Amino acid sequence: MSAKTILKIQNLDISFRTNAGVIHAIRGVDLDLQKGETVAIVGESGSGKSVTMKAVVGLLDSNATINSGEILYTFEDESGNDQTIDLLRISRKQLRQTINGQHIAMVFQDPMTSLDPTMPIGKQIMEGILMHRNLSRAEARARALELLHLVGITDAEKRFRNYPHQLSGGMRQRVVIAIALSADPDILICDEPTTALDVTIQARILELIKDIQEKMKLSVIYITHDLGVVAKVADYVDVMYAGKIVEVGNVNEIFYDPRHPYTWGLLSAMPDMETDDDRLYSIPGSPPNLLHEPVGDAFADRNPFALAIDKKAMPPLFKISETHYAATWLLHPDAPKIEMPESLRLRLERARKEVEKLHE
Amino acid sequence: MSEALLQVENLTQHFPISRSYTVRAVNGVSFQIYPGETYGLVGESGSGKTTIGRSIIRLYNPTSGTVRFQGKVISGKLDGETREMLRADMQMIFQDPMASLNPRKKVEDIIGEGLDIHHRVSSRQERTQLVGELLQKVGLSPEHAARYPHQFSGGQRQRVGIARALIMNPKLIIADECISALDVSIQAQVVNLMKDIQDETHCAYLFIAHDLSMVKYISDRIGVLHLGYLVEAGTKEEIFSNPVHPYTKSLLSAIPFPNPEMEKRRHPISYNYATSGIDYSLGTEHLVGGSHTVLATDEEFRSWTS
Repeated sequence: MSAKTILKIQNLDISFRTNAGVIHAIRGVDLDLQKGETVAIVGESGSGKSVTMKAVVGLLDSNATINSGEILYTFEDESGNDQTIDLLRISRKQLRQTINGQHIAMVFQDPMTSLDPTMPIGKQIMEGILMHRNLSRAEARARALELLHLVGITDAEKRFRNYPHQLSGGMRQRVVIAIALSADPDILICDEPTTALDVTIQARILELIKDIQEKMKLSVIYITHDLGVVAKVADYVDVMYAGKIVEVGNVNEIFYDPRHPYTWGLLSAMPDMETDDDRLYSIPGSPPNLLHEPVGDAFADRNPFALAIDKKAMPPLFKISETHYAATWLLHPDAPKIEMPESLRLRLERARKEVEKLHE
Repeated sequence: MSEALLQVENLTQHFPISRSYTVRAVNGVSFQIYPGETYGLVGESGSGKTTIGRSIIRLYNPTSGTVRFQGKVISGKLDGETREMLRADMQMIFQDPMASLNPRKKVEDIIGEGLDIHHRVSSRQERTQLVGELLQKVGLSPEHAARYPHQFSGGQRQRVGIARALIMNPKLIIADECISALDVSIQAQVVNLMKDIQDETHCAYLFIAHDLSMVKYISDRIGVLHLGYLVEAGTKEEIFSNPVHPYTKSLLSAIPFPNPEMEKRRHPISYNYATSGIDYSLGTEHLVGGSHTVLATDEEFRSWTS
């Protein structure tokens, strides 16, 4: 692959101390992000997808302990040479001053709570610019207006003085994106950027992020549980469950040839617009409580295809192709041949046919 | 078709904010819900779908229009008997399962509160037993009755919310975005549960949501709301296979599909009320066919259907 890796997470392991005991939230996560590409991390709430990204930007809660792992970030310094640093080895202060904002920026889920209600939005955008760049106020203002135009706010001059409560949800999320882009980051992390928004606005925001990504050559990480969104934006997909990545592949491999039973479940649980099944497929049970370290495969209890070994040993990542890996014993050469559920197979077949028709 | 369970006629709900400014949240909306069916109301935020639900169950006093429930008018002043009937036979499930359950009460008291208020049980044992049965029906166990809401996960909490709505054996349940706050796999569990309960008790649902794919899945008939106007209504097949109104079309085109190759090429149809030249207040209800209606002027109707 010609693209270079800009962010590499290796064997990340994080636990939280709570009153109830130690919660082992992240249990060895590996993740690669290539320059200019989009990676989506999918999983249920509590699977650890947000925690992983918070570790990258140094926003972990104070009761978190990083047991092992490294987060290698590669960037070009002023002289144009590649530099690699481990974000877990530098101090929080250093991270805030040199990395956050300028190199790695984050967009949060709820545009209601991530803006300051007492400050006009223009000022909030300028804040980041003034902090990270050596610019005069007038220059910062011009830059902020330019950003507002970039994120598709038409009457930027007028909106500049508005407070967050005077804007609609979609507008607010655009402002949050403008703030994230204010110091020209290389990586944009979007934590459920559209979950709080309607479908029509969601579609617009996703197109906007895609547009900006092309213009500014950004690498984007999406955290989401909506597979429809993933299909629209992602190049690579990481499926997370109980603090581990259970399947990783490029977007076509995950959607047309999923191998892990959890991915099957996630895909089946989406309501299908084509068929009129009477019941929606749902993954039985709920995610495990990581207060008690799961033995074997954490998904085994909810997995109708679980083998005896799933209860005893954790499956390693089995290689399916250069880019496609899945952690399930079903892929072991000695495992019985188990196919995905019939309804899902039909659905994927139909999806593939639609694509073929498109290519003709 | 049988007698309508709920009949909403020309419902209008305005909120005066100041002397010169009134929020016109709902403007002349009419629809019916029949016993045992599910009616889906969809629309973006600010379209008035939640307001309609809350006006029907009388959390607001409707500005004008009539709402009939089981043949009785419930939109004006309520006499004691009607109020009693309304409070028992119509129930609501709220969006946020954390905010809608009293954190200081045990689940048994949350679910059993309706029984106490309406004096439906004579002894404590009877109440405990009823609550236990209901907990089982929604997929929890009777032992959960002694717990507090914070001891449950989001999906389980929503089940408690459903149990609370069911305890009075209602004829109509208003489900206001009741799955939006849940994960995809948990959403499926809750929706399946709601369908099972409907098969068993034949209650009707007014299902309010912005997620069209879920609405399609659960509803028999659908109404599309925009800016407080019901712009299009019909059975789900009519709406999904033959959308007429440009707003409905843009809404349908915005649903993302789990098919990356298609999805990356597809671009949603955009719709902007301000520049579209459509004035909802001039439109009247036009019949497209069957039970499919659309809000339009004669001219608009001709150009949309031709």
